[in-house]
Amino acid sequence: MPHDLPTADSLSADEELLRYSRQIMLPQIDIKGQQALLKATVIIIGLGGLGSVVSMYLASSGIGRLILVDPDQVELTNLQRQIVHTTERIGMFKVESAAIQLTALNPTVELELIPRALSEEGLIQLAQQADIVVDCTDNLSTRFLINRACVQTQKPLVSGAAIRWEGQVSVFDSRKPDSPCYHCFYGELTEVEQACSVNGVISPLLGMIGSTQALEVIKLLTGAGKGLVGRVLLLDALAMEWHSIVLPKNPQCRVCGVPHA
Amino acid sequence: MSIKVLFFGSLKEQINKAQVLVDYVEPLTAAQLWQQVTGKEAIPNTVRVAVNQSYSDASTILHEGDEVAFFPPVTGG
Repeated sequence: MPHDLPTADSLSADEELLRYSRQIMLPQIDIKGQQALLKATVIIIGLGGLGSVVSMYLASSGIGRLILVDPDQVELTNLQRQIVHTTERIGMFKVESAAIQLTALNPTVELELIPRALSEEGLIQLAQQADIVVDCTDNLSTRFLINRACVQTQKPLVSGAAIRWEGQVSVFDSRKPDSPCYHCFYGELTEVEQACSVNGVISPLLGMIGSTQALEVIKLLTGAGKGLVGRVLLLDALAMEWHSIVLPKNPQCRVCGVPHA
Repeated sequence: MSIKVLFFGSLKEQINKAQVLVDYVEPLTAAQLWQQVTGKEAIPNTVRVAVNQSYSDASTILHEGDEVAFFPPVTGG
């Protein structure tokens, strides 16, 4: 008789403890931290190169509920770096393809799939039911939209980006009055032409930036360590150097600045 | 005294330099420094600037001993 895969309901508390035992034994996580992860809802926007890595690490770590947003379908040119997808799933919506892999990794994670682009209003509504938003998108205008929704709903935004051999990652947390937002960083730009199809991108770079994003999500949810709020990490993978720069809040920022009375 | 200029990521190849020391003569902005070092036209508005490891505006006035890093925007994913 074939073995049935365990479902969320069939997993006992012991199995759950065992599954997460290697991170529960970290004093910064412990049972309390694991419970925080299991209770959490995280929105991942973009299931491409960064979203592949973010979603797999967050699912395997036991985030309770993941909301996946991406209007695109899997293409052959994605597979060099978008490792949550597979060759046989070309043509499938990325959120559906990712769901297959994430469920195989950890059937206890609850998934909500949104195979379309969200309006700002739609994202604001969605963000209200989440603890953290993770930006894994590939263009500036969507990044601005996500940032505005996060500032408006006061949800922490874990932002990563990668192209060629370089990456950037930061956390913007508008619950903190001195935190900058994404607009403080890139606000005066209109569009940066930066498609992977034009500039190229080296595959494991997405793993490094995506893993850093997933780590920051876990730290935010558990309160472990020092987060990336107010700093941006710049990765130069050719030189294999990380640079950390301080990113102050722009008091005149149109998005997060205090409106004048 | 001098100003240390760093180019990160793909700017390194575009400018063909990773690090330059510039003699400090008089106060200048990061944008003026860019022109002086690259010998090119005005700093593109996409290029980001950090002065002493802190994100800054291209109009920031520099002082002797400052470290200025220029880095490209990254928005892909």
